[in-house]
Amino acid sequence: MKRVKRRYLALLLDCERLPSEREFIDAVWASVTRLYGEVGASLTGLTLISLDVERKIAVIRISLVALSVVRASLAATTSLANSEASVHVLAVSGTLKALYSNVK
Amino acid sequence: MTRAFADLHLRVNPKDQKATQELIKRAAGFGYSLISISFTSGMQDDDLVRLKSVCTEEGIDFVSRADFHPRSENDLTHFLRKFRRRFEVICISCDNKEVARQAAKDRRVDLLNFPSLDYHKRFFDRAEAELASGSLAALEVDVKPLLILQGPSRVRILMSLRREINVAREFKVPIVVSSGVGEKRFMRFPRDLASLAYLFGLDEASALDAISTNPERIISRNREKLSKRFVAPGISIVKEGKAL
Repeated sequence: MKRVKRRYLALLLDCERLPSEREFIDAVWASVTRLYGEVGASLTGLTLISLDVERKIAVIRISLVALSVVRASLAATTSLANSEASVHVLAVSGTLKALYSNVK
Repeated sequence: MTRAFADLHLRVNPKDQKATQELIKRAAGFGYSLISISFTSGMQDDDLVRLKSVCTEEGIDFVSRADFHPRSENDLTHFLRKFRRRFEVICISCDNKEVARQAAKDRRVDLLNFPSLDYHKRFFDRAEAELASGSLAALEVDVKPLLILQGPSRVRILMSLRREINVAREFKVPIVVSSGVGEKRFMRFPRDLASLAYLFGLDEASALDAISTNPERIISRNREKLSKRFVAPGISIVKEGKAL
C-alpha cells in the first residue's frame, strides 16, 4: 500500500479570546467544510497535534495533497469560538522535529 | 532569491493616523516590503509625505496610488491627464463597460479593478483582456470579499474570478492580488494571501508572482518613468554635460 505523505503546519492564532482545542479544530473543520464541502473536508486528514495557549501557536497535521485546500481554508477563517480572529501559517514541514525547530 | 511581497491595496483612511500606523506596522511585521494606501480626494500632499515617513520608519517602501471611479471616457482621460505624473500607481475602478474598455487600452492605466459585490459589473471578458494585453494594464483582484462573504454570494464571486483569471492568463494579462482590507483582523501573511488565490484557480507560483513580481514590475516601470532622468522607454539621462 502506498504510504500517505503528510505535512505538519504551525499556526499562529491572532485572537483576543483564546479558543479551547475543541473550539479551534471545530472552527478549522467548519472553514474547510464551508469552502470545499464535506467530501472535500474528509480528504484533508486534518488532525490537531497541539495547542500552545501561551504562545498562541497550534500545530496540525494534514495530508500533503490537501495542503493548498487547508491553507486557503485557514486564510479564509475569520472567527474562532464566536470571536473575531485570524489564523496565520508560520511554517510547513514534513516532520514535527523540523517544524518545531523552524518555529523556535 | 527571496521575494519582496507587496500589498497595493490597503483601504484605510489616512486621516485616522492611529489606525493607519497600526496597519502599516502590522504589514511590516507580516513581511510585506511594499504597501500602498489609495489616495482619495480629501487627501493632501502632506498626508502622502507623512505616510511615506511612517513606512520608512517601519522599514517598508510606500507606493503612492490613486484610485478613480470615472463615469465616462472623458472623465477618465481628464483624471489621467491630471494625476498620472503625480502617482506611482493608477487604478481605475470600472463601473461601466465604456470606461472599462477605455481604461484597458490606455497605457497610462496600471490596474483595472471591478466591483466585487455586483458581478454584473465585472466587465473583464475576452475583449477587455485583448485590449489590456496590448497596453500595460494589469487585473487587480481584492481578496476581501472572499473573507467577508459567505454562501451563494461568495460562490458567485469565486465563479466570476475563476473565469476572469482564465481569460487573463489566455491573453497574458498580468494579475495582481491585493488584500483590499482596511481592518487589522482581515490582514493576512503574504503567503496566506497567495493561498487565497488558490480558491480562484491560481497555482502557487502564479499566486506568489501576483503578490510580488507583478506589482514590483509595475512600480519599477513607473518609478523609472517618473524619474527626472527618464526621456523615453529605454532612454534615460546617464550624465549631463556642461554647455559649451
